[in-house]
Amino acid sequence: MTGMHGTEALRAEGIIKRFGSVEALSGVGMHVAAGEMLGILGDNGAGKSTLLKILTGYHQPDQGTITVGGQPQILSSVDRARALGIECVYQDLALINALSIYHNMFLNRELLKPGPFRLLDHRAMRTRAADALADIGVNIPNVDLEVGRLSGGQRQAIAVARAVQSDAKILLLDEPLAAMGAREAGLIIDLIERLKARGTIAIVMIAHNYAQTLEVCDRVMLMQHGTVTYESRAAETSPAELLEIVRREYREMRGGNGR
Amino acid sequence: MQQRNEPARAGYSPPRRSLYARVLDLALRPEASVVVVALVLVVYFEASTSNFLTDANLQTLSQFVAAPVILACGEIMLLICREIDLSVGQVFALAPFVMEKAYNIGIPVIGAMGVALIVCALIGLVIGLITIRLSVPSFITTLGMFFLITGITLTISRGFPADTPGGAGLTAVLGGWGYAEFLWSLVIVAIMHVVLRHTRWGLHTIATGGGAIAAAEAGININRIKIGNFMLTSTLGGFCGILEAFRIGSTDPLAGGSNIMFLGVASGVIGGTAIAGGAGTIIGGLVGGIVLGILQDGFTLLGINAFMFDIIIGAAILLAMVANIQLARWRGMRVE
Ligand SMILES: Nc1ncnc2c1ncn2[C@@H]1O[C@H](COP(=O)(O)OP(=O)(O)OP(=O)(O)O)[C@@H](O)[C@H]1O
Ligand SMILES: [Mg+2]
Repeated sequence: MTGMHGTEALRAEGIIKRFGSVEALSGVGMHVAAGEMLGILGDNGAGKSTLLKILTGYHQPDQGTITVGGQPQILSSVDRARALGIECVYQDLALINALSIYHNMFLNRELLKPGPFRLLDHRAMRTRAADALADIGVNIPNVDLEVGRLSGGQRQAIAVARAVQSDAKILLLDEPLAAMGAREAGLIIDLIERLKARGTIAIVMIAHNYAQTLEVCDRVMLMQHGTVTYESRAAETSPAELLEIVRREYREMRGGNGR
Repeated sequence: MQQRNEPARAGYSPPRRSLYARVLDLALRPEASVVVVALVLVVYFEASTSNFLTDANLQTLSQFVAAPVILACGEIMLLICREIDLSVGQVFALAPFVMEKAYNIGIPVIGAMGVALIVCALIGLVIGLITIRLSVPSFITTLGMFFLITGITLTISRGFPADTPGGAGLTAVLGGWGYAEFLWSLVIVAIMHVVLRHTRWGLHTIATGGGAIAAAEAGININRIKIGNFMLTSTLGGFCGILEAFRIGSTDPLAGGSNIMFLGVASGVIGGTAIAGGAGTIIGGLVGGIVLGILQDGFTLLGINAFMFDIIIGAAILLAMVANIQLARWRGMRVE
């Protein structure tokens, strides 16, 4: 379907989502294939995070259809979406400050000891969390530390490591580089490219940096006011062109409002 | 946090910590400072009354301690997920009457107890559903339940005490023997400690209180966690009321109430549970309850008059809470 990429992993069509009187999404469609990486760009409040949260089962759309691996699915809960291989790094990171790094890395998919009492296997979670972080090359002193004591970039690295270690088939990233220093951002981009190179994972990344997004993504999509206003292969567009489109849309919108 | 002293495994070595750092860490834990306070109080009361550490007094003390500790186990779970139950003392009073009614229609004692506990769990369910589905703060929901359940208890008891059913053996196990209620409280503390620290339920309770949105994004059903903890708290409250009824041998419609509930909450808070949610320990609740018990019992032995007594208890509770918040600051934790 997408030519050089694998089979279609995820598709959403005609997604409408209202929060009270606010229509956050007014008929949005997107699709991404295994081995492909889609970038979503757009203004603050355009609806990017809302779209992602619908794809993770966190929000339920008011209208629209979602297919996962070609099968129509209702993503009725986060657990349901996870069961279908959808993992997400949320914009707010979804970390619990009061819990340790390793508890956060296994939040809601805890490793349990064998036996009837279903007790937490703290030891195994610690080892695996430390290994997963070491794998990425992120510098974390001690997985027993409470997440609340970490820096913004370290927190982000933990959230990314958590999503990646879970063998996701579809990885959704909401501004995963926002708080990162250059070195850490480089590490995460390396990691994303390695995942991409496997050819089996579909990745969707929301970002604000046009140049960086065009560099790592195969395809980009521009969202404004709850709709998709532009879509292109990354190789066939440029930051300047995207910026021009955003400006034009903005002018038209202001004109349309009669100001 | 609680696993700090485990040996390191291959692949991951925690940073070496000096003995001094570890001791300091332990000493700054809320439970640890409260244990020290408890010991100081024991020494003080033994020195000034010289009959504090007698078997008879220890039995009395254990009876002061047991009920607040059992109620604290539930309240701590609720406080951790940012809720509270003000009506648990009322459920405490209701449960033995439900048991008695069930017994009187021919259900054997143990079965009647089961019926009472199910009723308590259902009350917790109602509190949870009102709080979650109708978005009423639990402070308000349980304030309403407080009066409602009081009325129900007075209605079904017609305001009179009743005899507790059951044979001698069962009565002894369930509260008749001097230390029975305290032993039950220790069993419940042990179970709830494991639940909080070593099960998904406990971890998700902390997550729910520490960051409800983040927990939900991770797929945790925070409503289920909260409702479950309301049911747990009511059931523990009812069980505690039944134990108390077996100990005394009769059921008083005016037992429990706000006093026992606040002692439960205070035990938890003195033991380091944050009212703002996200943090707390069951062991802290036990130690907090013991301190409150020692104060009550010790001042009773000293023969301090009742008005003075309340002033001292109130000041002690305030002091303990302030101390805990300060200790948490020193440990570098965020306290909100
Ligand atoms: N839970 C919610 N309740 C009410 N309104 C919401 C909610 N979530 C999002 N919105 C609204 O939906 C619109 C889109 O928000 P969204 O977070 O999807 O934007 P975004 O494109 O991710 O922006 P940003 O780049 O700032 O992250 C905004 O107007 C926002 O106020
Ligand atoms: Mg966003």
